Amino acid sequence: MNYHWNWGIFWQISPDGAHTYFQLLLLGTWWTLTTAFFAWIIALTLGSLVGVARTTPNKWLLRFGNAYVELFRNIPLLVQMFLWYFVLPEVVPNSVGVWLKQLPDASFYTAVVALGLYTSARVAEQVRAGINSLARGQRAAGLALGLTLPQTYRYVLLPMAYRIMLPPLTSEFINAIKNSSVALTIGLMELTARAREVQEFSFQVFEAFTVATIIYIIINITVTEGMRRLERAVAIPGYLAARAKPSWRQRWKARQRWRLRRV
Amino acid sequence: MFSNFDFDVIIRSLPYLFIDGMTFTVTLTAMAATLGLIWGTLLALMRLSGFPPLVIFATGYVNLMRSVPLVLMIFWFYFLVPYIGQWITGSSAPIRVGAFMSSLITFALFEAAFFSEIMRAGIQSIARGQMAAAQALGMNYRTTMSYIILPQAFRNMVPVLLTQTIILFQDTSLVYVLSITDFLGAASKIAQRDGRLVEMYLFAAAVYFIISLAASTAVRRLNRRIAIIR
Repeated sequence: MNYHWNWGIFWQISPDGAHTYFQLLLLGTWWTLTTAFFAWIIALTLGSLVGVARTTPNKWLLRFGNAYVELFRNIPLLVQMFLWYFVLPEVVPNSVGVWLKQLPDASFYTAVVALGLYTSARVAEQVRAGINSLARGQRAAGLALGLTLPQTYRYVLLPMAYRIMLPPLTSEFINAIKNSSVALTIGLMELTARAREVQEFSFQVFEAFTVATIIYIIINITVTEGMRRLERAVAIPGYLAARAKPSWRQRWKARQRWRLRRV
Repeated sequence: MFSNFDFDVIIRSLPYLFIDGMTFTVTLTAMAATLGLIWGTLLALMRLSGFPPLVIFATGYVNLMRSVPLVLMIFWFYFLVPYIGQWITGSSAPIRVGAFMSSLITFALFEAAFFSEIMRAGIQSIARGQMAAAQALGMNYRTTMSYIILPQAFRNMVPVLLTQTIILFQDTSLVYVLSITDFLGAASKIAQRDGRLVEMYLFAAAVYFIISLAASTAVRRLNRRIAIIR
């Protein structure tokens, strides 16, 4: 291979004159996380509402929920981003369209909304599955005790369902972080876009992509470990704890104890 | 709002959109799904083999692919494949691979990680007794896998594999970042040439929506039919 590796590139000042190449990647990481975080708030709120709507006995709520999920799930995220970014300002009344186009950081807001709605459909699917995985008697028992339907959801079904849903919701959150990279097509300078920029300015393709890949892996591990802790913290003793897989740290400690016993 | 909506631009560009664009998208989806399924099944077998180097390799591969965004992977392979080609063929300069080859390799390798997780679940869904029974009959590992375990695992997982393929179909739109003329690429080129962003992007969204919805409805129906048989 006649590729010239130059890892020192990251400490050089980039053509923008203010940041080193490494700082550009860190800036990108910041925007990736910010976008994913705000999109996740939208996704969790709307996804929970729609997911709950799909488990209620009301036929119209059910239909609305199904239509919502199908709409956002069957159009590629990239196309959805284009619709929000290029099409929406053209089809709303003129004054609103002009305001939308002149918005500073328009690509950030668009990315948050598009990613949030896209992810919300997937969250809704998980919420529905979580609630449906509960024994049917739970709902009946709640209603029989005289709780109203909203109260049954609030005090009986949802507290249990959210605990069951934590692992799939974790992977949806990680998906949201990864999917925020699609926003580079509408000009959001997140991590992948910054890696591209480093590559274009410095021609050090593989260094830029390697570091970006490592940052994504670190984010992934951090989120997974954080959610695992959350899972343990909120677990109800005896109900879900047995199902949770022990972390590598716990397994290592167990092995140490086992070794000590043998000595 | 839709007073100056120009349907004509859609009609005029239909041949370009479907003959150039959709053909690329569908070919890429089908070939990447096939190659990804083969490589993914091999990865699943490696992961279940119990032989540490293979287990570590397959686990590492799957985890790497699953923690990195597809867009970054597309860029990675776009730049990496010429060098790998040079290394394999031993030529003096990085070899040129077309846009199609580059994206096919990317999607096959990327989707393999997801197919491998599905196939792993499929293989594990087969009762352990079947493996033991086959071995008691004198079959070796290869025969057991190819005649007993994999056909059943594959059959059990057909709905999930098809759902993953629908996701792949939508994901192929991301080759847009390499300015390739897939369906969305074609729509976007006409949109920019004629200044008809609204019409072309709405039309593209509608086409993706109809195809994906029809496919996922068919999968759901298939799923129900299989469930009754079992």
